[in-house]
Amino acid sequence: MSSDDVNKGRRRFLVASTSAVGAVGIGLAAVPFLQSWMPSARAQAIGVPVEVNIGKLKVGELLKVQWRGQTIGVLRRSAEMVANLSKVDAVLADPESIDADQPDYIHGEPRALRPDYLVVNLHCTHLGCVPQMIPQVGPQPFDDNWNGGFYCPCHKSKFDLSGRVYKGVPAPTNLRIPPYSFLDDNTLMIGVSPQGAV
Amino acid sequence: MAKSASSLAKRAGAMMNWLDDRMPVTKFWNEVMTGYQAPKNFNFWYYMGSLALLVLVMQIFTGIFLTMHYKPSAAEAFASVEYIMRDVDWGWLIRYMHSTGSSFFFILIYLHMYRSLLYGSHRKPRELLWVFGMFIYLVLMAEAFLGYVLPWGQMSYWGAQVIINLFGAIPKIGEPLTQWIRGDYFISDATLNKFFALHVIAVPLALLGLVLLHLVALRENGSNNPDGIEIKANMGPDGTPVDGIPFHPYYTVKDIFGVGVFLILFSFILFMWPEVGGLFLEADNFVPANPLVTPEHIKPVWYFTPFYAILKAVPDKLMGVIMMGASVGILFFLPWLDRSPVKSIRYKGMWYKVLLGTFTVAFIRLGMLGMAEGTPAQTWEMRIWTLVYFMFFVLLYFMSPGGKTKPVPDRVTH
Repeated sequence: MSSDDVNKGRRRFLVASTSAVGAVGIGLAAVPFLQSWMPSARAQAIGVPVEVNIGKLKVGELLKVQWRGQTIGVLRRSAEMVANLSKVDAVLADPESIDADQPDYIHGEPRALRPDYLVVNLHCTHLGCVPQMIPQVGPQPFDDNWNGGFYCPCHKSKFDLSGRVYKGVPAPTNLRIPPYSFLDDNTLMIGVSPQGAV
Repeated sequence: MAKSASSLAKRAGAMMNWLDDRMPVTKFWNEVMTGYQAPKNFNFWYYMGSLALLVLVMQIFTGIFLTMHYKPSAAEAFASVEYIMRDVDWGWLIRYMHSTGSSFFFILIYLHMYRSLLYGSHRKPRELLWVFGMFIYLVLMAEAFLGYVLPWGQMSYWGAQVIINLFGAIPKIGEPLTQWIRGDYFISDATLNKFFALHVIAVPLALLGLVLLHLVALRENGSNNPDGIEIKANMGPDGTPVDGIPFHPYYTVKDIFGVGVFLILFSFILFMWPEVGGLFLEADNFVPANPLVTPEHIKPVWYFTPFYAILKAVPDKLMGVIMMGASVGILFFLPWLDRSPVKSIRYKGMWYKVLLGTFTVAFIRLGMLGMAEGTPAQTWEMRIWTLVYFMFFVLLYFMSPGGKTKPVPDRVTH
């Protein structure tokens, strides 16, 4: 067969179609490998609600519990702490918690079902570190007019005692509030909303 | 005696012929070693590449031995590293070689890259060589980060938390992406096991492949030199550059001398001061990972701190991540940002010396601030140096075409 007999169009078609089918095949074969990186069935099953006994929590004390691998803080606030919240509104980025990730039944400054108990996902909304609670009112190395709150050691984000973020820090939004409810006066259920609420 | 020696040589020669008929052994050796002409004016800065190669081999070797005792599970990882340090014969030596090696790898790579800034080694026709080198640097950063997670100490855990969450800043796909990387809703056993696999096999393979490409690209045009002129422009009657000398034996001998000096320094750190006051190994990482408590003062290992400072300086999550990415990414474009007619700092005017000097101070200062506590004054200082860091590239682009130069010699100087 001489080169004149070569059907160039047919050859091009075969090369192109083989390449296309091969690329689709590689693409489909990649799916299981990429998918294998997702949380496994076992990891998904661990996310059950957590029951917390808060009967022994003293005023000003912060209890840390784990829910779905996240550190959830339960802070028993004094009446003074709650009253102090409005003092910092002017320096907060989102005092009304409009952009915050929180259930619909959480609103206002206290951001809690009961103002004396703040239940909050403690992971900083910047890069996930757990901020330290510094409840004292008064000058701190990082803030001369500190009103009490949470301070992230990683990248210096500041939050008030309702987990609301200050202006001019790397964290973009207020600390997240998980769904929770009270089973009775001394028992919290993290991961379950109050009956009837969404 | 003499007779048997000559017959031995004859046999060795016959053996070589047999090999050469089947595989280009001698041809390859001649091409890349004895026949490869390198500029005769290499100085101190030209040790770094071969030393980095030595450290790479050492990391792979010690790493293989560490995997023989390490357990990649959240429950056992920390204890298994303690076990290596205390119970395995010479385990402490192998681990300290590996941990000290990682820091020295970055010291060498930073000096190696700085050499390019001095002598314009990344300029045409060696842009691709530089780009491969930058990919090596990126992959090395990934490798170092993954390895740092494995001991499962406090810094491992919270460092991983911060670095993985950087991807969460990407709009829309950020959250699912972090989940995909972690393989869980939080940093867990699944994450550690995955990072182990990436650290010991996937990333090292990529690294070796890139090093090979880097070397192939290097041999194509040959090394640059402190004068930044092409030695191939001056060919002798024998068809080799007049300013060139065979890589072997001249530079192999020079590099072996460098290895000797390097190993003295390396051993000093390894045996006397492996933690380097918390710079190479951080105190917080001698505490087992605790998901409930972030260490009070969290910072990455020294080789990441300049970029970490840039992240900290920006008061916005997404912008911070973008700026940090850009601070590394912009280096890829260096060969095209420097438009000066001469390559080497020797023949560039004062403008370049000032520019590079300021950039050097900015990089070092950012590195120091990146590991500092972070007072408001330091935050402002970080912002200024961040600006200086980026201004280097902007000014280089605009000043280099018209910047003052001195006449470049035809032949290399020494």
